[in-house]
Amino acid sequence: MKTFIFKDTPCAKAQPGQFLMLWIPGVDEIPLSILDADEDGLVSVAVKKVGEATRALHGAKVGDILGVRGPFGNSFAMVKGKGLMVAGGTGTAPLFFLAKRLMPRMVRGVFVLGAKTKGELLFMNQLGQILGEDRTHLVTSTEDGSCGVTGLCTELVEQILAKERFNIIYACGPEKMIRRVFELAERHQTNLEASLERLMRCAIGLCGSCTIGKYRVCTDGPIFTSKQLREVKTEFGNSKRDPTGRKISLD
Amino acid sequence: MGLKENVLTVNLAGLQLANPTVLASGILGYSTETLENLVKGGAGAVVTKSIGLKPREGYANPTVVQASCGLINAMGLPNPGIDEYAEEFHRTRVVLDVPLILSIYGYAAEEYATLAKKATAAGADAVELNVSCPHVKDTGSEIGQSPEALTEVVKKVRTSISKPIFVKLSPNVASVADLAEVAAQAGADGLTIMNTVKAMAIDVETATPILGNKVGGLSGPAIKPVALRCVYEAYERVKIPIMGCGGIADWRDAVEFLLAGASAVQIGTAISFRGPNVFRSVAIGIGRYLESKHFGKVEEIVGLSHRS
Repeated sequence: MKTFIFKDTPCAKAQPGQFLMLWIPGVDEIPLSILDADEDGLVSVAVKKVGEATRALHGAKVGDILGVRGPFGNSFAMVKGKGLMVAGGTGTAPLFFLAKRLMPRMVRGVFVLGAKTKGELLFMNQLGQILGEDRTHLVTSTEDGSCGVTGLCTELVEQILAKERFNIIYACGPEKMIRRVFELAERHQTNLEASLERLMRCAIGLCGSCTIGKYRVCTDGPIFTSKQLREVKTEFGNSKRDPTGRKISLD
Repeated sequence: MGLKENVLTVNLAGLQLANPTVLASGILGYSTETLENLVKGGAGAVVTKSIGLKPREGYANPTVVQASCGLINAMGLPNPGIDEYAEEFHRTRVVLDVPLILSIYGYAAEEYATLAKKATAAGADAVELNVSCPHVKDTGSEIGQSPEALTEVVKKVRTSISKPIFVKLSPNVASVADLAEVAAQAGADGLTIMNTVKAMAIDVETATPILGNKVGGLSGPAIKPVALRCVYEAYERVKIPIMGCGGIADWRDAVEFLLAGASAVQIGTAISFRGPNVFRSVAIGIGRYLESKHFGKVEEIVGLSHRS
């Protein structure tokens, strides 16, 4: 995982949850959640090496030129009461941005950070600084037990929701994880806002590559409410479309 | 809205449209739910994304780049192939009660004929032959630019189906009107004029063509005057109905196309900045125009600008 910081005036005005399209000239253009943005015009994204484009990005040097389109999509609702944020793996990026902006205004914020291993728990130190001294504010889980609770972060969420009520839950991560968080939120009658991911091409709501049910993830999302997620229940957590437009299983 | 109910109805080569606005091919065309959203937004008919015999992934990103007053796209005809798509389309047929036009592309006349047969078997009310995609080799405009190839494709499809055949023409030719005549003589029931204008964009910082495919097709308000001229010229040469397509974003654009000779208008790019309800707003605007000028039907103004 590498963090990239660059200057882009439009994206520096982005709200937590929005994404941008990053062009690596001559290689590809990929959607990335915005990790941070500030008044000085600086924008950051976190990139994991997963394919051709991200490999090329990891090889980029300071001063290399990238193309940026954005910001695109909607953003998280800024709910000031008690909030629970659930981040899995690389899904941490938009929730990091949200926590940074929202935490100072929240009555109480709890951040559940989960990954397969300790090395994949992202921004743990920075999140610790944002969330403050109270150790109940940041809880971690790893599947291999190398840090925090052993197991899936959704098991932690289940325990937390059994003890405490929240005004809102925010989630981003693998879609199966989000689906589980959705079911827990439904059981506890708590509103959820989740960030979804689909194949992204035009990013402006025209090409139809990123649809889930009647929604386009690029323009109607990427943040979806409990109400919207109920409407797309057959696809949410189960299927997506491949580059040909064919529906395929999420696994 | 106070309009007489049938003011906006249009008969398009036998298809009955509640209003003359049609979703252009290539836009949001795979899933039943997204098409349903556009019909709820007021579309009088829809044309699907172009479907071929085999699944196709399309090009690498960037597939879309912004230009002044328009967009350049090179999606590369991504589609799941007709057999896979037919399953989805059966459902679309059940859910939507507007005319459904299935767009098809092939690499030979036989392929278009096979696709047309499969499309109508899946429930399509008509087919639109994509002989004008500007950025995929050996299909699209490579067929639509050649009178011989175009004649062969249209004739072959004509013998394979009885439902209406629309031919979507390319502006990237010396004379769209010539090819309109060729398509009509070969047996087309209607024309869509026009597809995107072949275009490109280059990033000056890196001296690199931006689109993954380097060249693509320009759409949006930038091409409206070109499309309007193409419709105007074709109307003087053919009797079959024309769907005007290219940069239409509001009722005034639409009325211009009707006056030039289009019987209906297709809308695509404008959805990105006006949303799915662009269809309803254009249709209502056409209705108000007809009323204010004391016309009773859309067809009364089709080609009206030619009288002078």
